[in-house]
Amino acid sequence: MGAWAIALHGGAGMIAKGKMSADWQKRTEAALNEILDIGIAALENNLTAVEVVELVVRALEDNTLFNAGKGSVLTSKGTVEMEASIMDGRTKDCGAVSGLSTVMHPVSLARLVMDNSPHVYIGFDGAEEFARQQGVETADTETFITEENREKLEMAKKTNSVELDFSEHAPDAMNNSDDEYTYSNGNGIVHAEHHHVVHRENGYGNGHSDNHIFKKKGALHQVFKAEFETVGCTAVDVSGNCAAATSTGGLVNKMTGRIGDTPIIGAGTYANHLCGVSGTGRGEEFIKHTVAKEVAAIMEYKELPLGKAVYKVVHEKLPENMGGLVAVSASGEVAMAFNTPSMFRASAQEGGERMIGIW
Amino acid sequence: MGWAIALQGGAGDISKDLPVARKEAVEACLSHCLRLGVSALQSSHTALDVVELVVKELEANPIFNAGRGSVLTTDGTVEMEACIMDGPTMNCGAVSGLSTVVHPISLARLVMEKTPHIYLAFEGAEDFARQQGLETKEPSYFITKENQERLARAQEKNLVQLDHTEYSTTTSAAHNPVNVEEELNQKILAAADSQKPEFETVGCVAVDVHGSCAAATSTGGFVNKMVGRIGDTPIVGAGNYANHLCAVSATGTGEAIIKATVARDVAAIMEYRKVSLAEAVEEVIGQRLPAGKGGLVAVSATGDVVMALNTTGMYRASMKEGGIEEIGIWH
Repeated sequence: MGAWAIALHGGAGMIAKGKMSADWQKRTEAALNEILDIGIAALENNLTAVEVVELVVRALEDNTLFNAGKGSVLTSKGTVEMEASIMDGRTKDCGAVSGLSTVMHPVSLARLVMDNSPHVYIGFDGAEEFARQQGVETADTETFITEENREKLEMAKKTNSVELDFSEHAPDAMNNSDDEYTYSNGNGIVHAEHHHVVHRENGYGNGHSDNHIFKKKGALHQVFKAEFETVGCTAVDVSGNCAAATSTGGLVNKMTGRIGDTPIIGAGTYANHLCGVSGTGRGEEFIKHTVAKEVAAIMEYKELPLGKAVYKVVHEKLPENMGGLVAVSASGEVAMAFNTPSMFRASAQEGGERMIGIW
Repeated sequence: MGWAIALQGGAGDISKDLPVARKEAVEACLSHCLRLGVSALQSSHTALDVVELVVKELEANPIFNAGRGSVLTTDGTVEMEACIMDGPTMNCGAVSGLSTVVHPISLARLVMEKTPHIYLAFEGAEDFARQQGLETKEPSYFITKENQERLARAQEKNLVQLDHTEYSTTTSAAHNPVNVEEELNQKILAAADSQKPEFETVGCVAVDVHGSCAAATSTGGFVNKMVGRIGDTPIVGAGNYANHLCAVSATGTGEAIIKATVARDVAAIMEYRKVSLAEAVEEVIGQRLPAGKGGLVAVSATGDVVMALNTTGMYRASMKEGGIEEIGIWH
C-alpha cells in the first residue's frame, strides 16, 4: 500500500517482431512514453486512480496511432461506433458507453454515465443525447475517420471474398511465409503473418481459432484482421485504490451495432479492492471468458498473486492469438501479458522501473 | 445427476398485498412455462433449446416485463434486451435496444449462431433481425396500457421505479385511501435515498440429460429508464452466464448486478473455491450483492437447482428429474 503503479496499452495485435516500419515504431514508442509521463505526473500529484486512468485514456483517444476516439476503425458501413468503460475499484462504481459517433472522448462520457446518471451503461442514440445534455466535446463524425482506416476497411472487405480454409487437411492458403498478406497502413508496410478467421464446422460460432473449416450458407462471412487496437489504462493510486478504463473503435468491418468487450464490465474492464484490469483483443473471446473479472476472481478465490492470475488468464484461459491485458494490484504490482505477437504497452511503478514495449 | 430447470419472472419488492387474481395469473404462467421446459427436457432436447423455448414463452406473456409487456423508456418507447449462453462451448449471444422483435431471446441466439459477433444492439440489431427473417411487429404491439400507466406514474414522481411496488400501491388505494399518500411519500423517500430496486426480467436455466447447462435472460429494462440505457441482462457474466459447471440467470437492479458480476461470480466461486452451487449462490446473493438488489436462479451440471433472492420476492419456478414442481414468490 502507498506505492502507486500504472500500466497502459494501445492494443494487442499481429505485428511480428521487426515488421514495423522504423518510422511507425518510433512514433508509437514516442507516444507511449509521452502518455506514460502524463499518467506518472498525475499519480505523483496525488490524483485518484479514476482520474488518472481517464486522463491517460483521453490522451490515447486523441492519438490517431491508436484505435480509439480519433482514428477509430470503421464499421462495415464506413461509420464510426466508439465504446468505452471505466471502473472505480474502491466502490465498484462503473460507467460504459457504446455506439458513439461524435464524442471526442468516449472514456469521459463513460465517466459521466457513472457520476451523473442513475445508470451504468448507455448506448447509441441515447448515449449521444446524453453527451449533448452533459455538454461534452463533440465533433462531426468525419473528424474521427482517417484515410488509413478507410483503406483498412476496403482491404477487409476485399478479403471477405476469399474463403480461407485453415483446416488441417486443406492446403494452407494463407499461412505461408512466401506469400504474406500485406497492406499499406500509411505508416509503412505491415506484413501480417496470418489472419484470424472465425469459423466453426456448423456455422458461425464465436468459437476458437482452431483449424476448423468455416462455411455456412446464408451466414455472414467475415475475415477479421487480427488487430486489436483498443486503448486502456489501469492504475493504483497512493491510497491503494485501483481503477481501470478502456476505449475503442472496435473491429474493422464489424457489423453496425456490434458491441465488443470494451464497454462490458468484467470482460474488457474491471477493478475492485484487489486489482485493476484493462484488456485488448478479440472482443468476443474476452466476453465469453469474462477476462478482466477472471484476473480478480483468481486472485480472490484461488488466492494467487497478480502475476500468476494474469498468466493463467492470458496463457491458459484465453485462446491463443486472442489478446492481452495490463493489470495492477492494490499493493502496487504491475503485470502485463499477451498471447498475440505484439501489444503496445507501457508501465511504471513508484520508485521503480518504467518500461515501454511492443513485442 | 439428471435434468433440472428453473425459471424466474423478476425479483423485487413484491407486496404481500398482491391481488389474488394477479397472483394466480402469475403462478399459472410460471407453471405453464415450467411444464413446457420439463416436457422438452424429458424429450431429450438440449438445455440450449429448452431455455430459449421457455424464455420465448415468458416473452409472449404480457404479465412479465420482457417481449410484449416490456416496461417503457422515458420516451414511452420499448427497448428490449436479451442474452443466451451455452455452457459446454461458452458460446453466447446478446442483443439490446430492440423495439420490433417479438422474441429478443431468439435474436440473441441468431447473433450467437449466425454472426462472428456476440452482441448486437439498436439499429444494427434490428437490421440483423430483418435480414434473418425473424418475426417482427410494429412497436405498438409491445406497449401495454398497464405499462403506459406505470410510466405516467413514474414520470409524475420523476422516479425510476419498479412495477411490482406500483401495482401494490394502486391496490392499497382501492382498499384504504387514507394511507395512500403516506405510502407514496415513503416510497418517494425510499427512492430518493437509494436506487429503487428493479426486477423486471425473465429468465431460465436448465441442465439436460447430457449434463450440459444453458442460461437465457430477457427484459424490457427499467420503467422510465433513459433512452439507450443498457442493464445487466445482455451483459455476459452479469445477468446471464453458463459454463461447464453451472448456468445462472439473475434479476434485480441491473446496475448493482453489473457491478457485482453476479452470474460469473457464482460460477467462479464454484470453480475456484470448489464449493457447491448452493454455497456459491449463498455467498453471492447473501453477501456480495447488496441487500434488496436482486435474486437469481441457477442449476449445476450435476443436476442441482438453487433459487435465491435478497429482495422481498422473486417470481420463480423449478423442478428436477424425479422431483416436484416448485413455484414461489416470497421467501
